[in-house]
Amino acid sequence: MKLPLPPLPTALRPKPKRPGEGERVKPLDQVKEAGIATVDWVDERTSLSGPARWVMFRKVPKGTNWFYTLGSATLFAFLSQAVTGVFLAMYYDPSVTNAYESARHITNDVFLGEFVRGMHKWGSTLMVILVCLHMARTFFFGAYKYPRELNWVIGVVLLILTFVMSFTGYLLPFDQRSYWATIVGVNINGTGPIAGPFLSDFLRGGAEFGATTLSRFYAIHMLLLPGAIIALIGAHLYLVTKLGTTAPPWLRAESGDGIREESI
Amino acid sequence: MADGRREPKSKYTLDRGMPGAFEGETVTRRRFMTATVHGAGAIAVSAFALPALGFAAGSALFDRPPVEWQGIGPTEDFPDDTYIPRVLTETAGIGQVGKTTVYVRARNQELDPPPNPPGYDEQYIAVSTRCMHLGCPVRYVDAAKRFICPCHGGVYDFNGKVDGGPPVRPLDRFYTRVRDGQVEVGARYSVNSEFRRFPSYRDPAQDLDGIGQYLYPGRFSTPKMD
Repeated sequence: MKLPLPPLPTALRPKPKRPGEGERVKPLDQVKEAGIATVDWVDERTSLSGPARWVMFRKVPKGTNWFYTLGSATLFAFLSQAVTGVFLAMYYDPSVTNAYESARHITNDVFLGEFVRGMHKWGSTLMVILVCLHMARTFFFGAYKYPRELNWVIGVVLLILTFVMSFTGYLLPFDQRSYWATIVGVNINGTGPIAGPFLSDFLRGGAEFGATTLSRFYAIHMLLLPGAIIALIGAHLYLVTKLGTTAPPWLRAESGDGIREESI
Repeated sequence: MADGRREPKSKYTLDRGMPGAFEGETVTRRRFMTATVHGAGAIAVSAFALPALGFAAGSALFDRPPVEWQGIGPTEDFPDDTYIPRVLTETAGIGQVGKTTVYVRARNQELDPPPNPPGYDEQYIAVSTRCMHLGCPVRYVDAAKRFICPCHGGVYDFNGKVDGGPPVRPLDRFYTRVRDGQVEVGARYSVNSEFRRFPSYRDPAQDLDGIGQYLYPGRFSTPKMD
């Protein structure tokens, strides 16, 4: 119980400032003000603060734990792949005669080339592992159930696209291992009845592994699939934001006898 | 209306009391304009999407390369009891990637099955090194008289018939002919386990016995001999 303070005598009360003699504006406040003004300027013209609030300030169920970070981990693995991939493309040459040499050049000659190529190479493995762990989390927590089935379906498509990314990217170093692995992979694809042989022709750009196979794989790897993956990640995140996350299955649903007291 | 059911609307705009309706008009102008705009959009998208798709798939699926006969050496180079390796160029201009090894020997009346179908009785047998499991390169081991694949353990006998491991059919072969004392090698063809020829060769792992020959049809992208 807090008692109200007695009123101060008039003489002791702080005097209101006279107009025109306000405090000097500090530089930090000026910067802050400029930032706020800029954000306001953009917000006034786009109304983006509503959607941003909708995305960021969401209700999260009790029991949310570290397993719930696997989705973001996958997202950041993808971002890392995207950034390193874009910069690798600045040095890489997707031609049958120069691909191996340019990959060797990246690793051996370019400053930080070995590091960035290593990030892309090991990052791809990491992304596949994270995708699978994320999927396992969703499965074992029952987070694929109503109303989140569509998000599961999108996730499965993303899983397949991630595998296709790994497959097409594997050819690009163009050494013996990637060459024969691609031969084997395309032939596995060809075992699909009726459509398989023609799909293999489409992948190779003809009946034989030829002059355009590498550039085909390169175009699929760095133009076709990233666009599809980015679009689907957008849909995936939209649904996560819209539907929210699930509580872990070991938490029981609260009984429906109205609102509990401590939450009033 | 009072009983909750709606009167079926007339299909004529005139009957529905639309302003400016014509006699016998059934499509409202709103619907007409909507369909027009959607149709125009569909045409615009098809105008770039269909050619792009055809560009990506057309030559890959339908370009049939010509048969190129490549000389691989004089006839006396090739005995009938062992194989001599020769390198063929399958795709020119791309270096090692476009090359493949082929094992060649003379026809052996005792070992070779009769030509199937009859009429194709080449004097020289050219066996492809492409493993019919998943396409790794097999090598011929003379001591064992067998072809052995390094990847997944496929083994073929002297004729290229599967002896063990995962391959689904005998090793592919190439058409051969003799010109001016030189053995020449032409297009690749596939055989099933009875050594019946399939002129449009199939990729590895595609079974050609029984239902396999229908599940894995010939393609439009393989060179045609006949």
